[in-house]
Amino acid sequence: MPTILLREMQKDQSGTITAVKVGGELGRRIRDMGIVPGTRITIMGRAPLYDPVAIRIMGGTLTLRNNEADYIQVEIA
Amino acid sequence: MSATITIALAGNPNAGKTTLFNTLTGARQHVGNYPGVTVEKKEGAYIFPTGEEATIIDLPGTYSLTAYSVEEVVARDYLVQEKPDVVINITDASNLERNLYLSTQFLELGVPMIIALNMIDVAQDRGISLDAEKLSALIKVPVIPIIARSGKGTAELMAAALELARKNEPWNPLHISYGEDVDLALQTIGQRITAAEFMTDKYAPRWLALKYLEGDSQIREKGRRDNPAVDAELQEIVTGVSDHLHKTMETYPEAIIADHRYGYIKSVLRQEVISHKFDADRLHASDRIDKILTNRFLGPIIMLAVLLGLYKFTFTYSELPVAWLETFFGWASDNLSTLLPDGHLKSMLISGVIDGMGGVLGFVPLIMFMFFGIAILEDSGYLARVAFMMDRVFRIFGLHGSSVMAYIVSGGIAGGCAVPGVMAARTLRSPRERLATLLTVSFMNCGAKLPVLALLTATFFSSNQAQLMFLLTLLAWAVALTAAKFLRLTVLRGESTPFVMELPPYRFPTFRGLLIHTWERTWQYIKKAGTTILAISILIWAMMTFPALPESQEQNFARQRQEIMTAASPQAIEALESADTPLPAEAVQIKENLAAVDTAQAGSALRHSLAGRIGTSMETVSWLPGFDWRTNIALVGGFAAKEVIVSTLGTAYSLGEADEEDNTSLSETLSKDPHWNPVMALALIVFVMFYAPCFVTVVCISKESGSWKWGLFSICFNTAFAFLLATLVYQGGRALGFTG
Repeated sequence: MPTILLREMQKDQSGTITAVKVGGELGRRIRDMGIVPGTRITIMGRAPLYDPVAIRIMGGTLTLRNNEADYIQVEIA
Repeated sequence: MSATITIALAGNPNAGKTTLFNTLTGARQHVGNYPGVTVEKKEGAYIFPTGEEATIIDLPGTYSLTAYSVEEVVARDYLVQEKPDVVINITDASNLERNLYLSTQFLELGVPMIIALNMIDVAQDRGISLDAEKLSALIKVPVIPIIARSGKGTAELMAAALELARKNEPWNPLHISYGEDVDLALQTIGQRITAAEFMTDKYAPRWLALKYLEGDSQIREKGRRDNPAVDAELQEIVTGVSDHLHKTMETYPEAIIADHRYGYIKSVLRQEVISHKFDADRLHASDRIDKILTNRFLGPIIMLAVLLGLYKFTFTYSELPVAWLETFFGWASDNLSTLLPDGHLKSMLISGVIDGMGGVLGFVPLIMFMFFGIAILEDSGYLARVAFMMDRVFRIFGLHGSSVMAYIVSGGIAGGCAVPGVMAARTLRSPRERLATLLTVSFMNCGAKLPVLALLTATFFSSNQAQLMFLLTLLAWAVALTAAKFLRLTVLRGESTPFVMELPPYRFPTFRGLLIHTWERTWQYIKKAGTTILAISILIWAMMTFPALPESQEQNFARQRQEIMTAASPQAIEALESADTPLPAEAVQIKENLAAVDTAQAGSALRHSLAGRIGTSMETVSWLPGFDWRTNIALVGGFAAKEVIVSTLGTAYSLGEADEEDNTSLSETLSKDPHWNPVMALALIVFVMFYAPCFVTVVCISKESGSWKWGLFSICFNTAFAFLLATLVYQGGRALGFTG
């Protein structure tokens, strides 16, 4: 299965997070909200200007900016 | 155990914490602030069926206990320092896995805790079934399913809390294994902490070690202050582990810790605690709504409609109560003026106290309706969608999608108020984006600027007043956003904050929650208005009254009156005294002449007063944007509250007391005055829109930013900017020959 960046995912596409390659405040924030390796993720949609992106994770909906989504690798399945 | 027990409510934002708090405490609430920060501290009382009482503290909603924003710090400090008897961790049962991340951190801290599985009904509708007893057995804390909205299960929850508080057991931290590398580092750091007795009076060594490994900035700062040598030593171990992890696995200690926490949660939930009837990714009703409300084309259109609707709702429905209040203040003013003898006391009570308070309290219905509308948007979950849709635009200006609400409240749709707008900026988590928002929301056309703008546009641009007002709203947006960008490029330079944000499911707001929300904010406004504004309006009144006209001038006006009376025929005087209607023509003439003398006297008195002198001396620079001393006085008065500008202009143009309410005569006077022309009016409009925020806003900015420096900054920055812009308009307009 191919591994791509979260930014490149299409609407309604799902996958499993394989890596979150960022530390510091952003990294901590991302993990606090449940974005950790091994978790399933689905793209719910994008804002009218394609950014930020809304994702479904652990039964809730989160939003991320594209430049933040760049740190997250997802294996499409 | 003390007589009353303390129970802290903690949990993720959107887990229903505030709803539970309202259900438990009802109206027995008290809202204050945590010392030194702007986070609200809500306390309430709960009475058990046995008659025992508990103090309930609503901690700020957080996702984690690691210092990220001021909310997390406040919640953690409260738990560690105040040691509540019980923590009720409220979780969203339909979203349990992520909610348990915070619970796990409470377990690691060791606080006596109860987990409330809230919205158990929503979870069931989504096909999620939870085994509360099993969960309780596995993590060894009581777990109670509840529905906070209806109050179902809250009695059991409170009974369990009382029982736990009675046990009064010592804190019992949970030790999770974080994998070999981190566990080893934890052990090493923990031993050093114990040996050096490093802050052990406040924190458990292992917990402290964990925070060092997580890179918690607040704990590190405390450590550095407490014992710099040990802090440096610990930091060295942390750096060693970090480097090792980065080299071998390309990861970070905090990442490993988070992964293992989630691992712990998964291992618990997997033991038949949770089961899904449907696919977890299934679309819920909320998602279907989002398909329309955040749709690329429909979304922005609906958003505009909703915001316009909010605006319409606020203004249409508040019209009547505003009119009632105006009538009431008019009545109070009339009564006072007949009851009291003429003099400074009467003048102060009417011009200072009643007009000042009336100006502010008159806004209360408006603000109440606006807050009610915003509470609906907020509690239903729509506001988060607005932030989501607007973020890309606001980010261009160095702001955050959440800034949008602060701007709208402040007058993004003309007619808000910067005071609640400044307070609305609380939802912003990054200090820089928050400050940029705080400092620029006052550029919006708040309700108090509107009378000034309405007067000037009606007088000088009557043929296209509506279009001009609309253009001025757009101008306010353009200026505010550009100023924000400017600030973010200069004094507030720095990275933008993560936008990672939750889109909570849509919910029907509870009426009670809306009312509490609305009342809290309205009351904050009234309190500020009742204290600061009252003092300032008395001060402004004094500035506009003293020093009084010298005796010789007073006599001069008295003589003029005398002359009018002596020239009059006895019949006319008799008619005046008997107050018969209709008056003969001569009597009407005399009355008008007398009034003219009165107003001329008021005008000279104002010019002679301190405010008048300030206004006159300011003419040395104010000729640039074309303002004379009268306008200057009005602008000085406008610092107290922008609505004062119109009434002060009236006094300065010697229109007398009677005309203050009625702008038509002021409008006539201005249009006839040779000094005034459309270019100067436009310069004044621009100046009024952008100069120093009113005093209450400045106080709020200072409080919210935690420093008077920023309040002062907003006065200077805005005034300088407005002056520049107004000068440009006036001089530019003149150069282009528009002064006719």
